[in-house]
Amino acid sequence: MKEFGAILYNELIKTIRRPRSFIGFGVITFICLMLQGAFYHDGKEILSFVTGQLDNIFTVEGKVLNGNLICFVVLQTLIVQMPLLVALVTGDLVSGETASGTIRFLLTRPASRTKIVLAKWIAGLFYTLLLLIILGIFALFVSRAIFGTGDMMALNSEGLTIIRGDDINWRWGGAFLIAFLALGVVSSLANMLSCIMDNSITPIVTVMAIIIVFTIIGMFDLPSFDVIKPYLFTTHMISWRSLFEDPVPISDIVFSCVVLLVHIIVFVSISIFYFNRKDISA
Amino acid sequence: MSIAIQLQSVTKKFKDFTAVDQLSFIVNTGEIYGFLGPNGSGKSTSLRMMMGLIKPSDGNIFLFENALATHRSSIMRRVGCIIEKPDFYNYLSAKENIKLFVRANQLNYTAKDYDALFDLVGLRGRETDKVKTYSHGMKQRLGLAQTLLHNPDLIILDEPNTGLDPQGIIDLRYLLLKLNQKQGKTILFSSHILSEVQEICNSMIVINKGKAVAQGKVADLLSLEKLHVVIEVNDEEKMKRILSESQCASFFEKNVSNEFWMNMSKSQIAPFVQLLIENNLEVCRVDYKNQLEAYFLKITQS
Repeated sequence: MKEFGAILYNELIKTIRRPRSFIGFGVITFICLMLQGAFYHDGKEILSFVTGQLDNIFTVEGKVLNGNLICFVVLQTLIVQMPLLVALVTGDLVSGETASGTIRFLLTRPASRTKIVLAKWIAGLFYTLLLLIILGIFALFVSRAIFGTGDMMALNSEGLTIIRGDDINWRWGGAFLIAFLALGVVSSLANMLSCIMDNSITPIVTVMAIIIVFTIIGMFDLPSFDVIKPYLFTTHMISWRSLFEDPVPISDIVFSCVVLLVHIIVFVSISIFYFNRKDISA
Repeated sequence: MSIAIQLQSVTKKFKDFTAVDQLSFIVNTGEIYGFLGPNGSGKSTSLRMMMGLIKPSDGNIFLFENALATHRSSIMRRVGCIIEKPDFYNYLSAKENIKLFVRANQLNYTAKDYDALFDLVGLRGRETDKVKTYSHGMKQRLGLAQTLLHNPDLIILDEPNTGLDPQGIIDLRYLLLKLNQKQGKTILFSSHILSEVQEICNSMIVINKGKAVAQGKVADLLSLEKLHVVIEVNDEEKMKRILSESQCASFFEKNVSNEFWMNMSKSQIAPFVQLLIENNLEVCRVDYKNQLEAYFLKITQS
């Protein structure tokens, strides 16, 4: 356990110190600030465009443009880009070391390959968590500081739901937890491909290609696609939004979490299996 | 004497290509063992198999008389190595890189230990510089620091003097000899600088096309070898006449104007030069190729 702790600590240091790790942090910070700036200047117009369509049905009162709504919009926007940022770092964790040759030093130390892969996988999850924490700080707390808090108007596929301001924090907690699980799948997939491939770019591109293909499958209502859709991880990447429905579809959320967890377990198992058999010729 | 490394009929195939073919040899503890072969001979593949980076297709590898396949972790605690070339995390400093390896080996290093290590490899004062600013020679030195930091019993070095300046090569030679003679370290040493191998190795193996073509004590292998001696004289015709009239004709290999190539043992050089001088021939130059170099070329090109 002490040995695993030591190599995990090494992996965390390497992950944090790598220049490309800061690209993700920078991008998230920039997008959040950019969207907040845009909402600060043009938010009322944007909102009146949306609520204007509802004026014939009911009256919208109170401070609709608040930190909770901004966070909802930011999270909805970034969930598409976040996998790329995650894959950018986690897709390089093993293959980057193979390409640079440092893998030889890692694998000629006493720690087993299984421990090394697991340490790298956890480091990848840690990086994913850091990304989400930064997102949470900027999208939720900074937005609340700028725009204030209040009831949230959540527009989703089921229609418009108003979530009361005093009933929202646990939903955000759950939403970030599910987002972490979803991005954990991306991180695990990228790590698996990184174990299989010997260069840094291919795993990152492959992860994005898989997400694009799965997303396209999810967009079409075709009977043949409908069979596999529930089992694609991309279908469940946006299930955090279900927490902003009323009533919350608990069974759907649990099913999504199970599917995401199974994906993680499968990807990690393949990583360990493959990496233990891999010849390091680079 | 116990055995540090033992390869038993080790074979490695990459699809249809056999990189290493039934390779067997033994390195005893306390030896400096030369591991030689031309490019593409299977040397690096063999070293990688000894370090568990590549799994053999067939055969067994034992280190310290334990099977590598089943005792890898305990074996690796006693081994330090540089395989191919030393690569580091360029975005970290040399000291930060070494700290990663210290941690991976679960060692407790004090500031003094780090200073001593960087002193040993001649990098003291540059340890806080980012590795990306290091030259290849400095990376080799850092690689050596990484190899030695856990005081291993067995040191495996794959072309460690590549990129080193002349002083670095001399320093490395004396360091390896010191580690071997004072601390009893076993060293497996692969290099293309054959004069270095001849200088420091007790035993050696030469592999070509994945197979062992020669192995044994360096002195024994080279004892029967004749040297390629080049003698430059001032008079080509006179030299030819002396050669034909003396019993030294058998030494002659070829000549390019006044430069004569001869095959003779080291002990035959002085009497032959004496003969030339007695016959009033001016000897402008006497030179000979490294003995191991000649031997290496002979057995790898045959």
